[in-house]
Amino acid sequence: MGIIKARKLKYDYIKYDENGQQQDCYTAVDQVDLDVSQGQFIAILGHNGSGKSTLAKHMNALLIPTEGSIWVDGRDTAAEPELWKIRQKAGMVFQNPDNQIIGTVVEEDVGFGPENMGVPTDAIWERVNKSLEAVGMTAYRHRSPNKLSGGQKQRVAIAGVMAMQPKCIILDEPTAMLDPNGRKEVLKAVHELNEKEGITVILITHYMEEVIDADRVFVMDQGHVVMQGTPREIFSKVEELKSYRLDVPQVTLLAWELKQAGVDLPDGILTTKELVNALCH
Amino acid sequence: MIRDITIGQYYPADSILHRLDPRVKFIGTFLFLVSLFVADSFWGYLLATCFLAGIIALSKVPVKFMLKGLKPLFILLLITVIFNLFLIPGTVVWELGFLKITQEGITQAVKIGIRLVYLVIGSSVMTLTTTPNQLTDGLERIMKPLNKIKVPVHEISMMMSIALRFIPILMEETDKIMKAQMARGADFESGNLIQKAKSLIPLLVPLFISAFRRADDLAMAMEARCYHGGENRTQMKPLVYQGHDYGAYGVTLVYLAAEIVIRTVM
Repeated sequence: MGIIKARKLKYDYIKYDENGQQQDCYTAVDQVDLDVSQGQFIAILGHNGSGKSTLAKHMNALLIPTEGSIWVDGRDTAAEPELWKIRQKAGMVFQNPDNQIIGTVVEEDVGFGPENMGVPTDAIWERVNKSLEAVGMTAYRHRSPNKLSGGQKQRVAIAGVMAMQPKCIILDEPTAMLDPNGRKEVLKAVHELNEKEGITVILITHYMEEVIDADRVFVMDQGHVVMQGTPREIFSKVEELKSYRLDVPQVTLLAWELKQAGVDLPDGILTTKELVNALCH
Repeated sequence: MIRDITIGQYYPADSILHRLDPRVKFIGTFLFLVSLFVADSFWGYLLATCFLAGIIALSKVPVKFMLKGLKPLFILLLITVIFNLFLIPGTVVWELGFLKITQEGITQAVKIGIRLVYLVIGSSVMTLTTTPNQLTDGLERIMKPLNKIKVPVHEISMMMSIALRFIPILMEETDKIMKAQMARGADFESGNLIQKAKSLIPLLVPLFISAFRRADDLAMAMEARCYHGGENRTQMKPLVYQGHDYGAYGVTLVYLAAEIVIRTVM
């Protein structure tokens, strides 16, 4: 069984008026089936309001489905009395780096998760050292998080999740508030975790360039999963993507337009190198 | 400009005082304050002065920093001394109209003055040598027995340390909002006190909204990292008494005992 499995997942945001009567109901995620196996690098794409963050919060039991079910590492989130046991398996990194760092010193923040789980002191230090090493932040361990750059803060946040030794990391638009350098740093760290430690990564983003290296891509629109496949399969359907208000990487777009104009090119070109090779063959 | 404000006045240095357990410093400071009220004679004050001077020398913090802490208290100090000087009845030494200074008044004023100054210096030695974080940790441990009467000690100290972490972030945010509003013609500088206070309202509203949003995000991030209150929680940096901590307790207790002896003998 995969690490994350969802069947007919549905979630409604319900708005209540002053008297506690249901006033408004908005379905953010609807009829979503999802299977993720251990060690995969998954990307979830979608426009603002497509329900991708809501879906992400289900994988960590921060939200419990209105209908349908989701299993994380074999546990049904709706039936688990101790939700933090699920959260320990599936860590989550959020968008705003400032609002998820709890400690006043980098190493103390990384130790926060293990402290909550009741890990003995010596083991906490071991985990903290290892996690900081894994994201390349060991040199900053005694610094105050306020004095770090955005990319460094996000790497600290990732280390904080790693210290809980999860099987899966969910990153909810971790690069949305970062500059291009910070984005590169964070993505590099995430890819390394996936390759070296074999951690399942679920990356939620709306930057197309970030999903090229993923094993599998899900595209969401208005609460539904509308497309899924490898990046190459997804990006060969340029028109369909455009109908979901998503762009394709610039190179892919260029290749697609050249093809429309009559140049003989294969579908789904993802990198500049591929395009050059295809043009010069 | 607003960013220059620092909360807590930790002075980083490597001294025996910096390395002491925060609990020792807390209780030690408290005992020192008690001793100031025990001391009542010249010899008592002399001993307190020597003790304080020794502590300052050990802390490796420049005396200048200690005296800085006295500045905001100067007016309070002045008022207390003047009141004591003029209002205590006794043998008159100097008289001008309705103002008279008495022998007893002078001694009392000097005593109160010394006590207040030492009190402030004594507690600033603690804050100068302890990081805010260590202070909260120490407080949490000292207050732990209160858990039995259902005081949420862990939660209070968690709130304190989160507040400490967010002070610089909120300061930065205030600065940003202020600049954004100044760019659109807001005026925070001129006018009288009431006008100035009024002009702060459009600053406070967005600041509060963003603080609430941050709190919401942070709560979710904490939950995502398995936070479920203080039960079954372990600590990464637990406070454990070392040899020098017991030594410090010993020295402080000997000092307090000496003050009590002086008080009873003299």
